[in-house]
Amino acid sequence: MIEMRFHGRGGQGAVTCAELVAQAAIDTGKYATAFPSFGPERRGAPVVAFARVDDNPIKLRSKIYNPDVVIVLDPSLLEIANPTVGLREGGILIINSSHDPESIKKQLGYKGKIAVVDAGRIAKEVLGLPITNTTMVGALVKSTGLMEVESLKEPFKRRFGKIAARNIQAMERAFGETLVVA
Amino acid sequence: MGKKVGIEVSIAAAEAVGLCDVDVVAAYPITPQTHVVEHLSELVASGDLDAEFVPVESEHSAMSVCCGSSAVGARTFTATAAQGLALMAEIVYIASSMRLPMVMFLSNRALSAPLSIWNDHSDTMMVRDSGWIQVFCENGQEVYDAIFHSFRVSEDPKVSLPVMINVDGFNLTHVIEPIEFWDKEMVKAYLPPFRPLSKLHPDKVLSMGAFGMPEIYAEQKQAHDVALTSSTPVILQGWDEMAKLTGRKYSAVETYRAEDAETLIFAMGSICETSTIAVDKMREQGKSVGLVKLRLWRPLPMGDLRKLLAKAKDVVVLDRSIALGAANAPVTSEMRALMYHEPQRPKIHCMIAGIGGRDVTPDDVVKMVNMALSEKDYEYHIYGVRG
Repeated sequence: MIEMRFHGRGGQGAVTCAELVAQAAIDTGKYATAFPSFGPERRGAPVVAFARVDDNPIKLRSKIYNPDVVIVLDPSLLEIANPTVGLREGGILIINSSHDPESIKKQLGYKGKIAVVDAGRIAKEVLGLPITNTTMVGALVKSTGLMEVESLKEPFKRRFGKIAARNIQAMERAFGETLVVA
Repeated sequence: MGKKVGIEVSIAAAEAVGLCDVDVVAAYPITPQTHVVEHLSELVASGDLDAEFVPVESEHSAMSVCCGSSAVGARTFTATAAQGLALMAEIVYIASSMRLPMVMFLSNRALSAPLSIWNDHSDTMMVRDSGWIQVFCENGQEVYDAIFHSFRVSEDPKVSLPVMINVDGFNLTHVIEPIEFWDKEMVKAYLPPFRPLSKLHPDKVLSMGAFGMPEIYAEQKQAHDVALTSSTPVILQGWDEMAKLTGRKYSAVETYRAEDAETLIFAMGSICETSTIAVDKMREQGKSVGLVKLRLWRPLPMGDLRKLLAKAKDVVVLDRSIALGAANAPVTSEMRALMYHEPQRPKIHCMIAGIGGRDVTPDDVVKMVNMALSEKDYEYHIYGVRG
């Protein structure tokens, strides 16, 4: 089972990001669950969402304390708290940042695998909005190999309708631009 | 069988209500039930569902509208949680006593104060004696399937009682998970049209909800109790028929690795799935532990439960609410009462867990079992409480 934790701010789509990944996994015959950190929703406030993907039915319904993957949608969150808390050894940290991987690792005192993409810039250029959820899905797929980019297109279409094409473009660009450092 | 779709449990439930071609939805939005009502209002607004959506000003009115609409023979649905249920409680009792079929999606949430929007079972325990049929669900597929089953059972002329589907707030309502959908043909084959034995109509005038003098009140209560306890065969038949359609077989009580288990964990709702992992862990350590999952809370399947519990040495009940000042938490009290006259009965322990949304992990369940087995008294314990 792969367990993922998504960090964002209310309105950036961390919850949507987790949902899209779960839906793509389910579409391809796997089992998956996705859920928000339960509570009131406020735009701009730090938000956490979770997803689990497995080949077998998922019985575990508690929160995720030791994720294999941590995805950070907003670089400003690094200044509030360390998102690597609980990250499993051998796991991966995936960050939206314009900084280089080494300086982020140094800032966080983190020694594991990292993937960095300037998702904010890509989202602004492709979508015209700094909403990084679909862009970060591209980085997630690139750095984990959890699924194919192709299997996300259908969930994107269901979710975004007319604006799916631009979101798919943002995802694909992030997939190409994500830098993975062991 | 249909393909599994990754969908939020609340949205899937609303889709199921739509597939049942419900006539009236009366509800007031309250966290964590909101998405169910929101999606139903969308289905009505888009024309996909031909129903009256009544955006009432309170839950008291919601349940009142439901009583009225059911009384005229309309297929009726509502949804609520915690404080909403508290506000409608007066009419909740009236709906069942008047034998009015309807389905309620109860997104289980803690009662205030302190204000909590998170999951436990204190809301449903408040109305456990209201004479509704009450079921619990373990996962999203069960919630989705329960909608069709509940309308079928509720509207069956042999039953004619409202049904409450207990769905753990957030822990189930807000989770995206794989759910296999029904199509219209399946629903048509499974759910007959609602044909009440009697209904309010100007052409054939009758009274419902009349005054109950002391000469008749006790008889009415007995009749209601008989109706509720006699509904079991219809409930079971509904699950059997569903198994033929979907391949998924539900029962009033289910077990997991419980054969020959010396210790049984007893649970209801989504905590059951997490508990199966705890059972696996303890089995790996060579401990004789199994799980009893209760789906049908009202009417309580007493015979099945007595048989199952009598085989164990210890039963650890994971109660999801506290009954302040009582002999014990509600589910534990009931299991103890059930077993009291049995010649062979287990020790029945009470662990109150996951109240007000406190997370429960498989390790917590293991710890609770160990704590229960080593306890010197038979008091109830709130697991994990600080200070």
